[in-house]
Amino acid sequence: MIPAPFDYARAESVEHAIEFLSSNEDAKVIAGGQSLLPLMRLRLARPSMLVDVSRIGELSYIREDGDRVAIGAGTRHRDVANSELLRDACPIVSYTATEIGDPQIRHVGTIGGSCAHADPASDMPAVLLALGAELVVRGAGDTSRIVAAEDFFKGLFEPDLAPNEVLTEVRVPETSGGWSYVKFRRRANDWAIVAAAVLAGRSGGTAVALTNMGNRPLRASGVEEALAAGADPTTAARRAPEGTSPPSDVFGSAEYRRELAKVIVRRALEEAMSR
Amino acid sequence: MSVVSRVEMTVNGVVCEAEVEPRTLLVYFLRETLGLTGTNVGCDTSSCGACTVLVDGESVKSCTMLAVRADGHEITTIEGMAAADGTFHPLQEAFHRNHGLQCGYCTPGMIMAAASFLAENPSPTEEEVREALKGNLCRCTGYQNIVESILDAAAQMSGATEGP
Repeated sequence: MIPAPFDYARAESVEHAIEFLSSNEDAKVIAGGQSLLPLMRLRLARPSMLVDVSRIGELSYIREDGDRVAIGAGTRHRDVANSELLRDACPIVSYTATEIGDPQIRHVGTIGGSCAHADPASDMPAVLLALGAELVVRGAGDTSRIVAAEDFFKGLFEPDLAPNEVLTEVRVPETSGGWSYVKFRRRANDWAIVAAAVLAGRSGGTAVALTNMGNRPLRASGVEEALAAGADPTTAARRAPEGTSPPSDVFGSAEYRRELAKVIVRRALEEAMSR
Repeated sequence: MSVVSRVEMTVNGVVCEAEVEPRTLLVYFLRETLGLTGTNVGCDTSSCGACTVLVDGESVKSCTMLAVRADGHEITTIEGMAAADGTFHPLQEAFHRNHGLQCGYCTPGMIMAAASFLAENPSPTEEEVREALKGNLCRCTGYQNIVESILDAAAQMSGATEGP
């Protein structure tokens, strides 16, 4: 199908984008559009205006910033995947970018767009949750706030973003321990049925986060607790479904996802611990 | 306010200008406004890749890009792959030689995805080719001959003395 009609505005800067968003109700930011356009083609989303931020060059960057790596929200998945800096400093992020969609999607889709879209089946949000990453949000009047990943992904397609705010940066910590992102799906370019992100060897203990086990990415706190108490991966992984509310859909029932989460978490733990 | 409804883009080397609604998808602009019907619409869900074209040399699903977004860029469609005198691009030649198609509906998308991939990875393994085709679905062939075709094209293209 084709989208419903909308107005289109090309923002030349973040401030310019915020002006458009502030003066147009139901306006939405479009970056790569690889999540938004499919929804609009099915008319599940019908914004009255699209504010295109894809030509704001200053939103695309990957650079060191103290003990963090700062990634511009407009950075394409392909560039995140190929970043030598990220491969060294935070390899779970560059690896996960290679698991997103397919090459065509990665050529256009952006890390900021994926986060702002907040689909619980998206890969990067769970990784950012496990990392304790931060997201930078800019609003009207040159205001800016930093939101922790655990606060940013509020619910189903519900990011912590006011209608006239723009996500401008994702900040990830440098990591040195083992890591893993295991994504289970039946067909090569499917969304994850369930996926698990693991970061081992961190000062606060091993972090485990789940994709598509609820209406937002979730920490597998039962697993983390078990690991902290000395459990082995298989035993700890049995607690994967705790605190989750997985969906039932054509790809699997909630019960199936709960069982699958145990297996995927175990595999991710074993892989992370072997690195 | 910069509301854009006039687009100008270079398609297969030719500068094209038109008035479009913002909601016009690139695939329909190519097919219906420019008459380049080699690029196909195969699904409604951005899954199948039959619509794949090159934007500035990189594969993109043209059903998941607005024509207004493509304004100012260089687009290559399947029609732009053969040489001016009609000589097949090595990829087209390889798909012909290796019977890399049956109904042919996915084929333009497969060739464009392969062109983008081989530009980044000129000597891939079979596994890498299969990974690279994640965004392209085929209902007829079971992919075997598609993969053979791409590996064959890669060999021809890296063995050639002149670029494609």
